[in-house]
Amino acid sequence: MKNRRIAYFFFAIWVIALASTPWLANNYIVKIATFLAMYAAIALSWNFIGGFAGYPSFATGAFIGLGAYSGALLQNTGWFAPLAWGAAMVIVVVFAALVGKVILKMKGHYFAIGSIALVEVLSHGASSWSRLTGGGEGLNVAIMAGGPDFIGKVFLFTMIVIMLMAFIATVIVDKSRLGFGLRCIQQNEDAADMLGVNVMRYKLLAFILSGVFCGGIGAAYASWVAYISPGDSFSILVTLKAAVMVLLGGAGTVFGPLIGSAVFVIFEELIWSKFLDYHQGILGLVVVLLIFFLPNGLLKIKWSR
Amino acid sequence: MSNALLEVTSISKNFGGVAAVKDVSFSLEKGEIVGLIGPNGAGKTTLVNLVTGVIPVSSGTVLFEGQDVTRQRPFEAARRGLARTFQIVQPFPAMTVHENVTAGVVFAANESDIEKARSIALDHLNFVGLGKEVDRPASALTLPSRKKLELAKSLAMRPKVLLLDEVNAGLNTAEVEGALDLIRSIAQRGITIVIIEHLMKVVMSLSTRILVLHHGELISQGLPDSVVSDPKVIEAYLGTKYLERRKIFQGAK
Amino acid sequence: MIYTQVLANGLMLGAIYACIAVGFSLVWGVLSVINLMHGAFIVLGGYLAFFSWLHLGLNPFLMIIPVALVLFALGYGIQRYAINEVVSKPVLITLTVTFGLEMILYNAMNLAFSATPRRIVLDLGVVDFGGAMLPLDRIAAMILALALTGLLYLILRTSKVGRAIVAVRMDRDAATLMGIEYKKIYATTFGLGAFMAGACGAIVAVVFPISTSLSGLLLGKAFVICVIGGLGTVPGALVGGLALGIIESFAGHWLGSQNAILIGFLLMLVLLVVRPTGIIGKKGYE
Repeated sequence: MKNRRIAYFFFAIWVIALASTPWLANNYIVKIATFLAMYAAIALSWNFIGGFAGYPSFATGAFIGLGAYSGALLQNTGWFAPLAWGAAMVIVVVFAALVGKVILKMKGHYFAIGSIALVEVLSHGASSWSRLTGGGEGLNVAIMAGGPDFIGKVFLFTMIVIMLMAFIATVIVDKSRLGFGLRCIQQNEDAADMLGVNVMRYKLLAFILSGVFCGGIGAAYASWVAYISPGDSFSILVTLKAAVMVLLGGAGTVFGPLIGSAVFVIFEELIWSKFLDYHQGILGLVVVLLIFFLPNGLLKIKWSR
Repeated sequence: MSNALLEVTSISKNFGGVAAVKDVSFSLEKGEIVGLIGPNGAGKTTLVNLVTGVIPVSSGTVLFEGQDVTRQRPFEAARRGLARTFQIVQPFPAMTVHENVTAGVVFAANESDIEKARSIALDHLNFVGLGKEVDRPASALTLPSRKKLELAKSLAMRPKVLLLDEVNAGLNTAEVEGALDLIRSIAQRGITIVIIEHLMKVVMSLSTRILVLHHGELISQGLPDSVVSDPKVIEAYLGTKYLERRKIFQGAK
Repeated sequence: MIYTQVLANGLMLGAIYACIAVGFSLVWGVLSVINLMHGAFIVLGGYLAFFSWLHLGLNPFLMIIPVALVLFALGYGIQRYAINEVVSKPVLITLTVTFGLEMILYNAMNLAFSATPRRIVLDLGVVDFGGAMLPLDRIAAMILALALTGLLYLILRTSKVGRAIVAVRMDRDAATLMGIEYKKIYATTFGLGAFMAGACGAIVAVVFPISTSLSGLLLGKAFVICVIGGLGTVPGALVGGLALGIIESFAGHWLGSQNAILIGFLLMLVLLVVRPTGIIGKKGYE
């Protein structure tokens, strides 16, 4: 696909643009760029299970929260921050593998609410286990040394790196047997099974992929904002936003999550800054209109001749 | 030891209190075309589901090429070369015809090179006569073409045994003739076939042997002529209609 | 005995829970739509009852039906013009649409009513029942909740509309063949779900402080109850609600109130794996 090469080119430009913001713009723009990278990574992650495999997973909130608390707790016991983030990703992989085996036996509605229940269990569990996690009052993380400009750069690059990892994983999966198999599963899981696809293993891989980068993001985010609480870390809203971003851009595609997340983040920031009081309502309206008028996302619009 | 390709021994399946399949035993030799007939609800599709691992058996064993595959999962059956088609065709609707068959080559036939799989898929598609429709989405096909797609997909799986479940349902006479020719050429490739059918004409002209299922039990098996004149079989089908047909067959020979 | 108190608390809570869940369960069971607005509907009902009490001096128990009717109209309209478009789409789509609508409603309520919690205070006194202290307003709430649930049950069983709803739930295509216009039934069912939510909201306002943030909590309870009791049936919601109420009450007593909610969700997760159709439910939602 020639289009692919052009797309890669534009993506490279985009990444360079994001990475240069500390030298070209003010701290506010740097922050936006960080969020753009962060949400791009979250959207790309959700795309594995929700886009490729077609399983409506809300577990993203669980993965981010688990990553946040793992990273924060490790950092608080003295771990060097990037190592804590990496360890958080490993923890999330193990968690996703164990939980996935059980939860992926469910389908459709039950899978969706099972994943929601997962988030709630972790969230309330974190609230209850206050000796470890600080409970409902939240957990403080040591603020990184170096001053706001330095910190801004560190987290911008961290999020960009995680986004790139997620992107590369997406490209690899898209071209591989795994991607092919996941698409078959999304179309007709039973037929895929009968055609020789090891359905459970592929779903599990997609589920793990949908979690690993989120774990890193959660951990890095915890270090960035230096304070986490159960309600914010284990958020179903974040997953829904990720799903909307992917739907907006085009589910199951490589660039859909990137386009969708960029449009969404910029749009939300504009609304937030201008219509704070109506921000939630407007976002809701946009989501509803999106579903009605762009059900397949921006990338899959059949531009009529 | 027989060199039976597939050996089913005392297979049963209970759903709640109902026995869908009761103590069925048969074996399949390489190169056979076995017809599996029986009234609606006799358990034919359930039997196929049991043999291919779609539903677990309540008791009994399935041996494929000498190996115990009773507890296999569907994808394992596929990889072993035990393929089946569906009465109600199950394609990947939004994917092209070409991609549908490529999937069979990649996964069941274990071809890791996707490009190579695509060209193998094209061969299968040409064989069944879908060469001109390869880029259409599977959902856009007419019924006879969908049936051909099912066949192409199962051929892509490099099956040793192919279980055809009502492959002629919904086809008109000319289309059935075409399907029969296709099935004969598949058999000529060395693939052992089990064909579940309602149309006696198809069963009689294709099968080397017939199995008759009724209320989940195997009530008769053997050469077509003897099965068809077996009083138990005639009784199961409420007789007259098929007796008449048999007379016509014998008259036509 | 302390356990009488705990049990009594659990039952009173459970009756209200059943009422909270029954509308949600009905919509899910009949339309296969998980209505994320349900919690917000309850809160809206509560606000309407509260403000009629505050400004017009109207007894909230009398306001139950009028409030419920307002919600019915709202629900019917939303279903007919918005949700109907996506009813047969995959669960992610319907979830996203109802979520978007919920955000609109939530924002609107925050602007209209502000985020301060509101509670209707009816000082009706307390009754001593075998050692358990039962506040009369809670007893009244429980009785009304059960009555409402019973009312819904009767509607479904005996009225023409109700039986049509049950028919559509069991087999939509067969129902259409019998002449039932399923789109109208969908709208009516959704309206009924909103009706129950609104009525429940009026009841809840007497017992708990109402605020917009309550909507998420109520929705979560409805989820758990549906999984415990089974989807789409009134007995299912009743069993689920009472079970959850009792479980939470005892878990709260033994393990602390913070853990009571956790237990509920854990139970839900376990049930989803082991018996997703719930105690009474039959139909599966694959």
